[in-house]
Amino acid sequence: MSAPTKGSGLAWVGRSLRRVEDPALLTGRGRFTADLPAAHRVRFVRSAIAAGRIEKVDIPAGATVLTAADLAAVKPITPALHKFGYVPIAQPVLASGFVRFVGEPIAAVVAATEAEAEDIADGVAVDISELPPVIDGRAALADGAPQVHGQAARNIVVEGKIETPGFAAARDSAAQLVAVDIRSRRQNATPLEARAGHAVFDPISGRVTLTCATQMPHLLRTGIADLIGMPESELRVIAPDVGGGFGQKMSLVPEYVVLVWLARKLKSSVAWTEDRRENLMASFHSRDQYIRLQGGFDAEAKLVALSAEVTANVGAYSCYPTTCAVEPLMAMAELPGPYDLRAYSCLARGVLTNTCPMAPYRGVSRPVITTALERLMDAAAMQFGLEPVEIRRRNLIAKFPYTSATGLVYDEASYRQTLDMASDALDVPAFRQRQRQARAERRYLGIGFATFSERTGYGTPAFAARGMGITPGWETVELTMDPSGYLELRIGASPHGQGLRTTLAQLVADELGVCPERIKVVHGDTDRTPYGWGTFASRSLVIAGGASVLAARKVHAKLKKIASRLLEAAADDIVLENGAARVAGTDRAIPIEDLARAAYHQFHLFRGEFDPGLSESATYDPPGTFSNACHAGIVEVDADTGRVTIERFVVAEDAGRLVNPMIVDGQVLGGVAQGIGNALLEEIVYDDSGNMLTATLADFLPPTCREIPPIELLHLETFSDATITKSKGLGEGGAIGAPAAILNAINDALTPFGVSINEIPATPQRIRAALRRARKQ
Amino acid sequence: MSERSDVTLTINGKAHAIRVEPRRTLVDAIREDCGQTGTHIGCEHGVCGACTVLVDGAPVRSCLMFAVQADGKQIRTVEGLASGDELNALQRAFMDHHGLQCGFCTPGFLMLITGVLEREPDISDEELLDVLSSNLCRCTGYQNIVKAARAVAGELRQRRTA
Repeated sequence: MSAPTKGSGLAWVGRSLRRVEDPALLTGRGRFTADLPAAHRVRFVRSAIAAGRIEKVDIPAGATVLTAADLAAVKPITPALHKFGYVPIAQPVLASGFVRFVGEPIAAVVAATEAEAEDIADGVAVDISELPPVIDGRAALADGAPQVHGQAARNIVVEGKIETPGFAAARDSAAQLVAVDIRSRRQNATPLEARAGHAVFDPISGRVTLTCATQMPHLLRTGIADLIGMPESELRVIAPDVGGGFGQKMSLVPEYVVLVWLARKLKSSVAWTEDRRENLMASFHSRDQYIRLQGGFDAEAKLVALSAEVTANVGAYSCYPTTCAVEPLMAMAELPGPYDLRAYSCLARGVLTNTCPMAPYRGVSRPVITTALERLMDAAAMQFGLEPVEIRRRNLIAKFPYTSATGLVYDEASYRQTLDMASDALDVPAFRQRQRQARAERRYLGIGFATFSERTGYGTPAFAARGMGITPGWETVELTMDPSGYLELRIGASPHGQGLRTTLAQLVADELGVCPERIKVVHGDTDRTPYGWGTFASRSLVIAGGASVLAARKVHAKLKKIASRLLEAAADDIVLENGAARVAGTDRAIPIEDLARAAYHQFHLFRGEFDPGLSESATYDPPGTFSNACHAGIVEVDADTGRVTIERFVVAEDAGRLVNPMIVDGQVLGGVAQGIGNALLEEIVYDDSGNMLTATLADFLPPTCREIPPIELLHLETFSDATITKSKGLGEGGAIGAPAAILNAINDALTPFGVSINEIPATPQRIRAALRRARKQ
Repeated sequence: MSERSDVTLTINGKAHAIRVEPRRTLVDAIREDCGQTGTHIGCEHGVCGACTVLVDGAPVRSCLMFAVQADGKQIRTVEGLASGDELNALQRAFMDHHGLQCGFCTPGFLMLITGVLEREPDISDEELLDVLSSNLCRCTGYQNIVKAARAVAGELRQRRTA
């Protein structure tokens, strides 16, 4: 157990407490959705064709198989966005009339066991008249490209445009223009637990309980109840232990709607456990983008104008609640990154194709835009003959608060400091010397940097700015101290590995002067928790944490009032510490459990002053805050095989106050590993007819521990006034910076060959191809 | 579908007499026929290792073995590691080093490491890394899993040389 943050005045915040989540998970007592027994198992029959008209679905005699016709009363998934020319495309829960991607569910087989359901599914014959598909995002924009949905002309489902006043003049004034063309291939978030759902009907209450692997139980309840046309009070959604999400589990999926519908129809229990092939093919994808950047730099290598064209391939449908606009619009809003820039122009499009729908994945667009912008910075550095560190130092924001060209307000941060920390750790001058020596031996070492801002913990204003039909953002918590003096904190956030049961208890413990063990955090059950938005977007510690502190302060105030009466002292003289209320500077004290008891059982003493009991609720809806970091790596590229070996990787990051440093490190390490996978390995591949070629984990390649080097972590804690806890979110940063740093390092290593690799993943094949092309020229 | 066979799976010392189809995988039998749901299914094609259990002491992908093949064999799963509520040294090391986040891959890693350290208590840190690369984790970035495994391996080495 490490010491609390030095000088914080806090007893529990700042300590690496062991997680209360762990013992159950370490002993096989975790409760995951697939662990539940069910009377019926469901298998989905999925389209093997990327685009086509469904002519006929032949069902084996005697089998229970649902098709779109059975679900005629169920509305299609149609998330809304009221800006940027968004076209509200609809996804039927089971394909109706047409199929639009390989993997789209067409029918649902119900049987007693999974094996039987699979056997029956094999016998369901689907007759589809094929139509020409479109797979690539840029190809979808071409004249005459097949249209995925009739109403979206040129397949453009959303189009954001921005140009700051005076942009053209600023660009024309530039001393140097530098351009990069970035291609980010498609990824799947690949949580180790794929999707799973279990719905059971209760004949007494008439309610259905859906237990499923979700990051947002309340919104799932709303979404499903809306589609089926049932009161939300008749549906309970439980997120039990969830085996990772990374964004893939934060959208409404058609499969869960079918399960709830079936449970009501059969008045029984039904379950579906997704297999890995389905997950790779038909769960959500992400990061499939082209970004073209042009930067105008003045004579001092200061970025004076930036123009961007973003083409995000969003697949065949739009995810609920964020919509498929989330990638292109986030790219547009946040592309200027951590650099001081006044003149900005951007055209960002979401483009429909006959591929699996896109949904948020850790970092959303930012791993891609950071890769693009950081490649631009390195390309410019080369043109100016500067070190990558130097061009960044000249351009990073240094005065706060800073309002960006797109109107975002950056709170106090440490962009330059973290850059210096990372570059010092790698000792750039010594590296350059080593690099020269290595080149003489035909060994190619490279160093790469990525500085970035990570917008976190944002409330409704940020979502409203995007024009979302549903604007998430706030969190409400309920904190109850029971008559025994123990506490229950019920939250709308829905952690699934982030350790919030541990960290929120630390925050509340400090507010009330009790041990964290006294506080049980309850989450992931719509019957037991206040309505909330779940866990995504690096928000829960900031927003649910802030609400927890606010609720704890209310309980604190009430406890003081009770203590003031019982100790016959002024409330202002009471302090809560070590599980007791004490009159400051005296030994007059009363245990907190006596105060709790009095709040419930001696209420006659306080009648007319406040309500009985010790239950308080609080809501927090912050404007948002920016974490920041610099990722830096040294790689060696084998010019013969294209293999990239990461020799060192340093993260210098600043997310404000660290509530539990052990958990913070875990979040960063996990994110960086995903970023390394993004940079070097992971790619969903379709052929021209829309068949997915990467349907196993031997084809789509999350890294193993062999591909992840020891990662060196350095922390700064800039306390932000933008959040109650002074903490900023950091769940996504690891994944945001790593691809850019590694791609820059690869390019630095290959400088002697005069090649540019601007595509991720930078696989051995791509690196070899670039080297071959360079040699031919 | 096809004829069922009588199989006895001995899991953590307890015999489970079950009837299964020949195609029933060991992991499905452990989870569904024997009710031991601590072992998880991550890919069903032998890549991720979430379903790793020990069969007669050897780490096995239980999604790639049929239940009938494990008839009469000694199977150990994550449920057998702790003594009551008392975590064993490896479980404690995972907790102390924050070697788990969502916990889904954890049972597979625990059984993999348990099996390897029992067979090769002198395994080097480098060889251990090779072994750990058998399994996938999507949350932790591995560093803390590696630390936990090495800490336990180190204790074992120390105890043997002491």
